[in-house]
Amino acid sequence: MLEIKNLHARVDEKEILKGINLTVKPGEIHAIMGPNGSGKSTLAGVLAGRATFDVTEGEVTFNGQSLLELAPEERAREGIFLAFQYPVEIPGVNNMYFLKAALNAIRKHREEPLLNSTEFTKLIREKAKLLELDASLLNRPVNEGFSGGEKKRNEILQMAVLNPYLAILDETDSGLDIDALQIVANGVNVLRSPERAVIVVTHYQRLLNYIVPDFVHVLAGGRIVKSGGKELALELEEKGYGWIEQETRATAGATA
Amino acid sequence: MLEVTPSWQTQFEAQHQNAAVPKWLKQVRQDAFARFRELGFPTRHHEDWRFTPVTAITETVFNPATKPYTSVHLPEIKGGTRLVFLNGIFDSELSSLAPLPKGVIVTTLAQALQDFPEQLESQLGHHASYQESAFVALNTAFATEGAVIIVPRGVVVEDPIHLLYVSVGTHYPTIAHPRTLVLAGEQSQITLTETYLGSGGGMVFTNAVTEIVLEQNAVVDHYKLQQETYETYHIAHMQVSLAKNSNFSSHNIAIGGTLVRNEANALLGAEGIECTLNGLYLATDRQLIDNHTFIDHAMPHCNSHELYKGILNGRGRGVFNGKIMVRPDAQKTDAKQTNKTILLSKEAQVNTKPQLEIYADDVKCTHGATVGQLSADALFYLQARGIGREEAQSLLTYAFASEVIDRIRVPELRDRVHDALFTHLPTTIRPEEF
Repeated sequence: MLEIKNLHARVDEKEILKGINLTVKPGEIHAIMGPNGSGKSTLAGVLAGRATFDVTEGEVTFNGQSLLELAPEERAREGIFLAFQYPVEIPGVNNMYFLKAALNAIRKHREEPLLNSTEFTKLIREKAKLLELDASLLNRPVNEGFSGGEKKRNEILQMAVLNPYLAILDETDSGLDIDALQIVANGVNVLRSPERAVIVVTHYQRLLNYIVPDFVHVLAGGRIVKSGGKELALELEEKGYGWIEQETRATAGATA
Repeated sequence: MLEVTPSWQTQFEAQHQNAAVPKWLKQVRQDAFARFRELGFPTRHHEDWRFTPVTAITETVFNPATKPYTSVHLPEIKGGTRLVFLNGIFDSELSSLAPLPKGVIVTTLAQALQDFPEQLESQLGHHASYQESAFVALNTAFATEGAVIIVPRGVVVEDPIHLLYVSVGTHYPTIAHPRTLVLAGEQSQITLTETYLGSGGGMVFTNAVTEIVLEQNAVVDHYKLQQETYETYHIAHMQVSLAKNSNFSSHNIAIGGTLVRNEANALLGAEGIECTLNGLYLATDRQLIDNHTFIDHAMPHCNSHELYKGILNGRGRGVFNGKIMVRPDAQKTDAKQTNKTILLSKEAQVNTKPQLEIYADDVKCTHGATVGQLSADALFYLQARGIGREEAQSLLTYAFASEVIDRIRVPELRDRVHDALFTHLPTTIRPEEF
């Protein structure tokens, strides 16, 4: 589904990603962990098409299509969803309207019939109920005045409604209490299916108690330095990231 | 000062030579015309006209607009009372007079001059000063038609009263001088819309003056929508005089015209007054929209609120000058002014200037001006959800404007502003349920 080969990216003049390789198959959940500043959010941003990141080398294909050539909205319509680390407040744009416009843009691209207001309202109420979300968020402007937890829940609701093939959660768990964390996990688990995949970018192991990943990758210094199963996350939780960095430096030293 | 071309003199003589009007009015017109000749048209050397050149007006010989032969398309207005003026001339067929509460007068200036000249004598021209402005002087000298609204003490008019001034251009430059006088009696309440529309080709000069007087405790909700053609020069003065505990609110939407200058002045001459002046302006190529507001806090315990928002595209230009005067007696004044402009293109330009003069020491006055582009983060967020770039731009632009549009309490006017806004946006999406 997603194939990342030797991906290099920079912000301004600073190289952040220094050769990422990653393959994600349908049905899989990948966790990407790593210390602050390792490039986790940059990777998520590059996949979603954020313009502030400059891809200098490598390629990314999504269902056989070259992803890097697509505009952000085209990626979304192909089925990529990024849950933002910092969801943007948009005063004056109603959350419900926004989400309907998004869903219909995606449905139009897929040549599916557009939903009218009644159908959409029904869908969104179902999803909100499924995720045990407060539907009153919907009648407010997008993220405006939302608490940190409400913003993250709103991201999960959007994910549930847009039903992506590949969801990327960029530190969605940061700063959440245990209830909100469970809502996020629930959102991912509801989405989970043989034809969909999820990349969970996180700094902490905690979320992975609720979302069991098939693979865990450790990102450090712009590269994936270690990959393993779900037990790797526990090891990281126990030992911190220090040993990974030491190991990486040792390897780098040995090859130098 | 520029020399006034002789054509104005000829026109003035031709128009008023045989006019059967009260003596006082004849005198006012003569004085105003004399003052116009003294003042001359402003040039860019005048501080208040630095960014707004009126040379096109100065150098053109305008003919008084006459009744057009072509039919005009008017926006649908459900119920209520409306007065329609075509090229400054009252059109009784297009107008409609719904039943009004007892004592309320909605009529034309010409009719009012016949029916109750004494009442006009004490008000007409007493608020908008022709001493200060050449354009007010010009209007005062030439205006023969317009609307007069009088609401007696204690009367509440539920339905909005609509005034439509329609200019139809022709193959030579034409001028009209719409004049509006509103007298809201003690504890009365009305909602009023002034709409300026245009059709046809040809240069048009609309030189409007509106005087609004609120007596004690009166409430006036005023709207102005300016939507004339791109060959129209629109210069308008609104002067509001407020008495104790009165409440005036105005929303000023400027969309059409090649050069638009709105002056909105409010004199808060007693205690306990609430005054709101809001505005929205959209300008694109070959358009300059200039808003000058002046809120004069002369007495204590008055509040004023001001929110002007601009959306400039192409080579569109905007000017905002917001003056707030707090005189020595005006303690406990609370004045807030905000001007925000979005530039959708590299060539668009705005000059914004708050101008606060505060002579009292126990007051709260704030002002803020922002000029910027649409937020890149917000654009990316919308795109990342599948919404196309242009549609996202439209949505954000719309959201920016909605802060003003949402405050319009006349639904049909709000719809018209929505429609007008959408024709200005990069795409024609229509968010039907904001």
